[in-house]
Amino acid sequence: MSSLLKITDLHVSVDEKPILKGVSLNLRQGETHALMGPNGSGKSTLAYTLVGHPKYEVTDGTIEIDGTSINELDPCERARLGLFLAFQYPVTIPGVKVADFLRHAVTNIRTPERKEGEGLIPMRDFRKELKARMEELGMDVEFARRYLNEGFSGGEKKRMEILQLAMLQPKFAILDETDSGLDSDAVRVVSEGLRKLSGPQMGSLIITHHERLLEYNVPQFTHVMLAGRIVETGNADLAHELHNHGYAAVRERHPVEAAEEQEVQQKSVAPIAVPV
Amino acid sequence: MSVISSPPRTVSPFNAEAFEQFLSTRQEPAWVSDLRSRSFEAYRELLVTELDPEEWKRIDTRAFRPEKFAIRDGSTAQGGSSEAAGFATLLADRAEFAGVVSHVDGACTRSTLSESLATKGVLFGNLSDLVRTHGDVLKPHLMTKAIKPEADRFAAWHGAFWTGGTVLYVPRNVEITEPLYSLIGLAAEGAADFSHTLIILEEGASATLLEETSSASATTAGLHVGAVELLLAPRSNLRYVQLQNWNEKTWHFGHQGGRVERDASLQWTVAGLGAKLAHIHQEVYLDGKGASAQVNGVTFATDKQLISYYTQQTHNAPNTTSDLLYKDVVRDKARCVWRGMIKVAKDAQKTDGYQRNDGLLMSDTCRVDAIPGLEIEADDVRCTHGATAGQVDEEQLFYGMCRGLTRSEAMHMIVTGFFQRVYDRIPVEIVRETLGQAVERKLGIRE
Repeated sequence: MSSLLKITDLHVSVDEKPILKGVSLNLRQGETHALMGPNGSGKSTLAYTLVGHPKYEVTDGTIEIDGTSINELDPCERARLGLFLAFQYPVTIPGVKVADFLRHAVTNIRTPERKEGEGLIPMRDFRKELKARMEELGMDVEFARRYLNEGFSGGEKKRMEILQLAMLQPKFAILDETDSGLDSDAVRVVSEGLRKLSGPQMGSLIITHHERLLEYNVPQFTHVMLAGRIVETGNADLAHELHNHGYAAVRERHPVEAAEEQEVQQKSVAPIAVPV
Repeated sequence: MSVISSPPRTVSPFNAEAFEQFLSTRQEPAWVSDLRSRSFEAYRELLVTELDPEEWKRIDTRAFRPEKFAIRDGSTAQGGSSEAAGFATLLADRAEFAGVVSHVDGACTRSTLSESLATKGVLFGNLSDLVRTHGDVLKPHLMTKAIKPEADRFAAWHGAFWTGGTVLYVPRNVEITEPLYSLIGLAAEGAADFSHTLIILEEGASATLLEETSSASATTAGLHVGAVELLLAPRSNLRYVQLQNWNEKTWHFGHQGGRVERDASLQWTVAGLGAKLAHIHQEVYLDGKGASAQVNGVTFATDKQLISYYTQQTHNAPNTTSDLLYKDVVRDKARCVWRGMIKVAKDAQKTDGYQRNDGLLMSDTCRVDAIPGLEIEADDVRCTHGATAGQVDEEQLFYGMCRGLTRSEAMHMIVTGFFQRVYDRIPVEIVRETLGQAVERKLGIRE
């Protein structure tokens, strides 16, 4: 049976400032959802909240996997339940080799009851698997020996996120602007990579401003956020329309949220909290 | 423990009477006795002289009671069988060594050297013996160049009371490829160790010496007042590692100096993991044109440990290079202090000096003080320095946790990665491995 990630009436604050004001969304394994919306509408906040970033405080609502709330779980526990976030700004961990990091991650995800210090998956098997995934993604296998994201270009970091996705095989993958800041070749590589990984075992929530990623990964559902709410849900055509015509029409159709958005923007001395 | 089969005769405290008694038991050549007497005179003066505040003001030694420690009389030292018994050494079983010298409570318990090296004229053994048998070789070097007894209270104290220590002498153009190993152990309650490590490389010689300190038990109080002298003749090449891994009841005071002559190259790695309080005064002198020194430091202090370094890189000749990188991790209520200085003499043009200390704090109650410094008299040099200190980055922790690592596992991975930069500079694989595993053990993620 396919798993379900169910978000119900989610309210989230950052530094006591409400950002999400009642978001509901059902993401099933095997489905592809696009999440769009103007800057500051709350897309990244939703992404970070789903994986449990401590700065994002859930003030109301629930996040459930197959009927069990994960609100109180830390990011590690959520990851072991099958949640994955491809970061918009992947973090550098100096001195930690990609292969070592991933070997720990893969072991923990596949053996969720593993405790620190307990055995890791056999080196030989791991290397073989990692090499295969890297080759599929057109990555130089030398990257496995490099330190995680240290000195990586923007495209290399994003590809590293996709590699981790491929290795960890999550039930639910959230991709936060994985296509941003990349040249068109890199966007193609990442988009193709994601398509290869998609299947009945993975549900994806793709946050994007661009169309390319969605051309390769056609969404069954497109959600539009405005001022901390999902104001519209449609199919792939909606994504296409937003891409071609922008958000003006959405704002016209949702004047209340549009007014709120404007108000927040005028007051916005405090920047949107995006970890870098 | 077999090492302490009979109650040792002791010399304590370190007063004039005790010194005279100590001297009478030593029966050493006159030049050695003279050196000791000179040192003791200096010690008496320096005891009532204020320690250099630049070096000592951040280090609280008020709880230190020298009278609680005593030198064991060398005559009670036992033969080789007791060597290393009970010592949790990190390096001893790691590799085939070309020679091994061990000291326990200041007395030599084992001394070996491969036949082939011995026939080439290499000396590797105990200072107490070698001042008697090879005084002509040692006399020009022992506490004359790298460390003088008058340097400070601890150097003088050491100069008066040294009990033994590892000596390595490598003749001209002899290249030793296998590493040599030296263990400095403390076993008896209240034992004081005054080991002196002396390495002399003649022109074109090369060698690697791995040295570690270790306590036989976790609970015995100990004292180490040590000295390390590294003397590199032109074109010689030395890799020296000292891994300080005492128990947390040991006081460690070390004066360490390296002198590097023309086109010689020194690679010096210090690791500080143990001790209640450790202070190391480490100086490297680039004395000849083209000399170079790389200094690596790995420090991990936990509980209430205080680990402190005072490092100097002194450029006395043109075209010399020094490159110092220290990485300190502190946790609990521990503290790490590093005071660094690059000195460039007027004639030392085209000097390339670098020093950097990075501190990583694993708790809110620990502390790192890192103070770099430059004193430059030449006008055509490149000298850079830097120091950083910060908590473990929350976004790195979050990222790791998002990939299924527990917070503690992510923290440990970040710490390991933090040290990796120093490991990457150490060419001796067993040292890299050993340090990595010792850190993991201290982190509590390895047996």
